[in-house]
Amino acid sequence: MKTSVTIAGVEFQNPIMEASGTFGSGMEYSEFVDLNKLGAVVTKGVANVPWPGNPTPRICEVSSGMLNAIGLQNPGVEVFCERDLKFLEQFKKAKVVVNVCGHSAEEYIEVVERLANEPRVDMLEINISCPNVKEGGIAFGQDPKAVEAITRQVKAHAKQPIVMKLSPNVTDIKVMAKAAEAGGADAISLINTLTGMKIDVERQNFVLANKTGGMSGPAVHPIAVRMVYECANAVSVPIIGMGGITTWQDAIEMMLAGATAVSVGTANFFNPTATLDILSGIEDYMVRKNIEDINSIVGIVK
Amino acid sequence: MKIKETAVVLWQEKLAEGIYSLTLETSIVDYAIPGQFISIFSNDGSKLLPRPISICEINKEYGTLRVVYRVAGAGTEEFSKLKSGDKIEVMGPLGNGFPLEGKNAIVVGGGIGVPPMLELAKQLKGNVTAVMGYRNDDLFLAEEFQKVVNHLYIATDDGSVGVHGTVVDAMREKDLVADVIYACGPKPMLRAVADFALENQIKCYVSMEERMACGVGACLGCVCQSKEVDDHSHVNNKRVCKDGPVFLSTEVVL
Repeated sequence: MKTSVTIAGVEFQNPIMEASGTFGSGMEYSEFVDLNKLGAVVTKGVANVPWPGNPTPRICEVSSGMLNAIGLQNPGVEVFCERDLKFLEQFKKAKVVVNVCGHSAEEYIEVVERLANEPRVDMLEINISCPNVKEGGIAFGQDPKAVEAITRQVKAHAKQPIVMKLSPNVTDIKVMAKAAEAGGADAISLINTLTGMKIDVERQNFVLANKTGGMSGPAVHPIAVRMVYECANAVSVPIIGMGGITTWQDAIEMMLAGATAVSVGTANFFNPTATLDILSGIEDYMVRKNIEDINSIVGIVK
Repeated sequence: MKIKETAVVLWQEKLAEGIYSLTLETSIVDYAIPGQFISIFSNDGSKLLPRPISICEINKEYGTLRVVYRVAGAGTEEFSKLKSGDKIEVMGPLGNGFPLEGKNAIVVGGGIGVPPMLELAKQLKGNVTAVMGYRNDDLFLAEEFQKVVNHLYIATDDGSVGVHGTVVDAMREKDLVADVIYACGPKPMLRAVADFALENQIKCYVSMEERMACGVGACLGCVCQSKEVDDHSHVNNKRVCKDGPVFLSTEVVL
C-alpha cells in the first residue's frame, strides 16, 4: 500500500500535513503527536522580523467554526531558524514546509533568501493573504496581477519549491490559481480562511478587536472542496487542499476533488491527534477499497 | 504531562445563581497543581472550541478534579446540565499554576476568580489569609475557605456582607500584610491588587484570562501584553495558556 505523494519533486511519506498557524512549529503538539508520522510539518507564518500581531480578543467561536485574527504574530526568521528548525531536526521523516508572510515583495524575498541554505526546509508556502502595504493594503492574493508578480519574484529568489497559498476571498479562485501557475508556482495550496465577522448583541460591539477574522473549521469545508475542485480543473500544478478537514472522510473528499495532499487546521484545536486519526482512517479506507496507491484517487471525481 | 480523555461526571451542584460546581473523575488529577486549568469540550459538535476552566480542587486520593464555573454562554450552559455518570471530553492540566511560596500569604479572588484560590489555599504551607470579593450575599465557596484558611475577609459590591467595596478596599481596611499575594479575578481587580502589592512591596502573582483556542500555546490566540520581550515570539506578548495563566504582577501590563 503506497501512501507517499510527491509534490514538486519533494516526496512526503503520506499526504497528511497540518495547516499553517494551527500547530506552531510542532513543539506544542509534539506531546500528543509523533511528528515523524506526518507527511509534513507546515510551520506558522514567518516574516523577516518579529511581528507582534493584533490586539485581543483574537479568537471567537462560531457555529461549527471559529474566527481568528492573530495577525501573524511570529518571532521572525532568525529566531525561527535557530530555534524552530533546530527543534525539527529530530523529526527527519516529516518534511518541513515553511509558511512565509510579508507586507511587500522585499519582505518575502528576505525570508526566502534567509531560508535558502537551511537544509531542513523542504518547501516554502507563500501566504499571499497578507496586506500589500505598497498597494494600499489589499491582499496580494486578491489581485491576479499581484499574485503572478509576487509568485515570479519569490520564485526567482527561492531555493526550495514554492507553494502559493491562495485566498478564498475572491470572486473566482481559478483566476488566482492560473496567475500563480503563470508566475512559476510549483504548487498551490487552498483555502486560507474566509473573512468573517461576529458582533456581540449584548455589548453591541465586535467580538474580535480586529473587527474581522478568518473563518475556519468544518463549516467552511464544502467551500474548500468546491474551490479545490475548480482549481484542479484549471491548472496542472499539484494542489495541497485544506479548509475544515476534521475527519478522514473530509481528507478523502478533498483528494477526490483534486488535492494531492491535505492539511488539517482547526481540528487540531479540539482533537490534538486529528492528523494521525485522519491518517489511520485513510489507511483503513485504502484497505477496504483495495486502493494500492493513494495517488490513484487524486482528482478522479470529475 | 497533558492528557486528553473522556472524563466521567461524578456530581454537579448549583452553588449560586449561574455558578456551578462540577466534580469529574479524570486522570488529569495526577498531574494537576493549583492555578492550572482544564479545557472542557462541548458534546455538541457545532461548538468546536474548548472552554478553559480553572481547577478548584484536586483530590488525588479519589482521582477527582473539581471545577467551579459561571454560566457565560451556550457552552457552559450545556455543562451546567451534566449529571452523574455523563461523559465529557477534557484536556489538561494546562498552564503553569501558582508557585507555593511565603510564610504569610494572601489569596485574593474576585467573582469567578474565587474558585482557583481554594486549592491554592489548601496547599499553601504557611499562614493564609483569604480575601474574597462577591457581587452580593451569594457567597459561593466562602464556607469552604473558612475551613482551610487562618483568616477570611469578604468584600461585596452591594455591601450586604463584609466590607462594602472591592477586595482591595478590604485589604486596606484590615491593614493586611504578607510576603506574597496570589490573585485571580477581573482585570480591574488584578490591577488594583497589583498596585496594593507594589505600594507595600509584596510579591504578587496574578492569574490572567483571555479567549483561547488551542490551550497549549500553539495558536497565539490568548496573548497578554508583557513588559519584557517574550521568549516565544520575541515581541511583548505572553501566552496566557502556556506561559501563564499565572504571572508575576510586574511581568504583565494590567
